[in-house]
Amino acid sequence: MSLRNSHDRFGWVSITIHWLMAAAIIGIFVLGVWMVDLDYYDSWYHKSLWVHQSIGMLLLFLLVFRLVWRLTNPVPEIMGLWWEKLIAIWVHRGHYLFMFAVMVTGYLITTAYGRGVDIFGWFEFPALLAADKGRETTLGFWHMLLAWGFMGYIGMHAGAALKHHFVDRDITLLRMLGINKNRGDEK
Amino acid sequence: MKLKLLLGTALLVLGISTSAMAEDYVIDKKGQHAVIQFKIAHLGYSWLIGRFNDFDGTFSYDEKNPSAAKINVTINTASVDSNHAARDKHLRSPDFFNVDNYPTSTFVSKSFKELGDGKAELTGTFTLNGVTRDISIDVKHVGHGPDPWGGYRRGFEGTTTLTLADWNIPFAPKLGPASAEVELYFSFEGVKQ
Repeated sequence: MSLRNSHDRFGWVSITIHWLMAAAIIGIFVLGVWMVDLDYYDSWYHKSLWVHQSIGMLLLFLLVFRLVWRLTNPVPEIMGLWWEKLIAIWVHRGHYLFMFAVMVTGYLITTAYGRGVDIFGWFEFPALLAADKGRETTLGFWHMLLAWGFMGYIGMHAGAALKHHFVDRDITLLRMLGINKNRGDEK
Repeated sequence: MKLKLLLGTALLVLGISTSAMAEDYVIDKKGQHAVIQFKIAHLGYSWLIGRFNDFDGTFSYDEKNPSAAKINVTINTASVDSNHAARDKHLRSPDFFNVDNYPTSTFVSKSFKELGDGKAELTGTFTLNGVTRDISIDVKHVGHGPDPWGGYRRGFEGTTTLTLADWNIPFAPKLGPASAEVELYFSFEGVKQ
């Protein structure tokens, strides 16, 4: 199978990014919900935030690459009725917007005082916007709200994928796993 | 007779108001010649120093009658600044200052007593996190006199120590035993009105 997408199948780059981001996003969401209630003397008190920020920034870079990849690759045809396709297109665009909003608010919280973000001690990504003391509190609220909202959104997305698989019995879910034929098709 | 009375009253009112005005100062917020700072132990190994960037206040002080001195300060609790975005966000949250519920903290003086040698004791009512308690502040006269721009200024500094457990701060016990108390320091320069 090729790296690039074609008109009827996803390439390995898209598939890998999809599942990698799914796992990482759910992972740092859980980490985020868990870490805010940690005790000050917990050994994870600082480390948890560092890991959360580091993975979050790597996800932001990956999201930018994903957008470029998405725009320079064909998209496999969506299965469904015309209005289902229309909804699917906009829901997919919504994913990008949602991810971008959650990650950028996170970045702006961390850089609110004009200092860069350390990423796993490997390098520091600079603060691109001027310091604006106080925005960490306002944006902190939005970061949390958007993160919970996005979990609901991907829950809906997963539900739709399962509906395609079990109700419509098409290959929408399977082709995101690199399988482009249904068992039923072989009969 | 009537005119005399009117004139007399007018003079009296004018006299009172000028004498009252003569001792009223507004804290120089515009020029930022005023500081409210807090200092608390971090783990018992070093100090964390932070401040409130936004507050307003007035005081009155008459050298001939110092025990009548008064001060009134209102602090915008959301302006807390310890020079660390994540910590300040935490300080504004319900774990500490709960700024959505308690956007302001106030101090209203009750008594002022000169102790000599430029020192004084100020007592008053401090409100923080919805808790109102009487506190005592050690005050020092810093200086006073005309400024180069045609005004008259007077400045004080003061310190007091608060016990976190008294002020409705849910996260306080988690900071550890070394951080049970916080030292407040202020320096106010007032411009005479």
